[in-house]
Amino acid sequence: MGPLFPQELISEPVNLLIAFVIGTGFGIGLEAGGFTNTRKLAGVFYGYDFVVLKVFFTAAMTSAIGLFLMNNYGLIDIQLTFYPSTFWIPTLIAGLVMGLGFIVGGFCPGTSVCAAFTGKIDGMFFVGGVILGILGYSLSYDKIFKSLHLSGGMGKVNIADFLGISNGLFIFIVTVVAVVAFVIVTKIQKKVNSKDPVPAIEELGL
Amino acid sequence: MENKRNKYMNPYLAGFLIGLMMIFAYYYAGEGLGGSGAFKKVVISGVDAVNHDYAKNATYFASSVQEGSSSPLNSWLIFEVLGVIVGAIISAAYFGRLTFKIGKSPNITNKTRIIAAIAGGLLWGVGSQLGRGCTSGLIMSGMAVNAFSGYVGLAAVFGGGYLFAYFFRKLWI
Repeated sequence: MGPLFPQELISEPVNLLIAFVIGTGFGIGLEAGGFTNTRKLAGVFYGYDFVVLKVFFTAAMTSAIGLFLMNNYGLIDIQLTFYPSTFWIPTLIAGLVMGLGFIVGGFCPGTSVCAAFTGKIDGMFFVGGVILGILGYSLSYDKIFKSLHLSGGMGKVNIADFLGISNGLFIFIVTVVAVVAFVIVTKIQKKVNSKDPVPAIEELGL
Repeated sequence: MENKRNKYMNPYLAGFLIGLMMIFAYYYAGEGLGGSGAFKKVVISGVDAVNHDYAKNATYFASSVQEGSSSPLNSWLIFEVLGVIVGAIISAAYFGRLTFKIGKSPNITNKTRIIAAIAGGLLWGVGSQLGRGCTSGLIMSGMAVNAFSGYVGLAAVFGGGYLFAYFFRKLWI
């Protein structure tokens, strides 16, 4: 039963090899989905290209549904994973900072790695910015960020428990919302691009 | 030969592939996919290499760089991101996209785009550390297991994006 590595059912070298294979699949999905193209990424905020929303929510709900079913049928015990703890205050503030970073920089860290290593020069500079940002944060952590970083701690909170509903119902609701959103954004995208088209990505040769 | 460089995988298929990788990540390693985590490991080992005495006494670095512990680079996230790099190169080579380019709106200069990319990277660097992860490690990996943190991140990052989009529209449209 999974997760295998935390229960020492696979060795560390095997775990690292699997990490590489899983990463390869992730990288193919990101590049093939168009995530090295910064204008496709930014499009989600301006209505001319919703590829981010479609890929992202499909990935999130595929994994949520899959892991929920595997947990129910005893193929994995979610309790044994490195389940994320919630620190809502720093996460909320940091999320807004990252949202601003998305609009200004046109990537997030994972997509910028794909972009930088496939020849996107702006992606390379973005990667440099991320490293400088982490360096600045890490060197000033004790003086500036420590107390904020540790504030708002709630422990390992499951959102369905938090809302007082079952995991299955919560996933079902989010999936329905996602599918409805897919239909609506496809319509918005057509409308935006027919009325006032931004120069087609194809014309830019990206 | 047909030009494939403007062709992309169906977004739902690409999402399904990434979702499967997320399931494998939790099944084998017990953790989700990450992006910024690998950057963090690189910074930690860099600072440790330059000044070990500082690193082992500073809170942010200490737990990763004590004597006897294995290198921060010998970690799941680093191998995963090495895979991401290889996967992206394979895909870009297949689609004929493996060339040097600057991705930007035609209405801004290369210089503006590069400055904005650096600024955006800086914000993500700080944000991903304060928020314990980025789009992959915080939001998507959190949503995969119904973690509250993932949904706080989702609301804040995308909410923030829409909140600030108007002010930076000249960069994109």
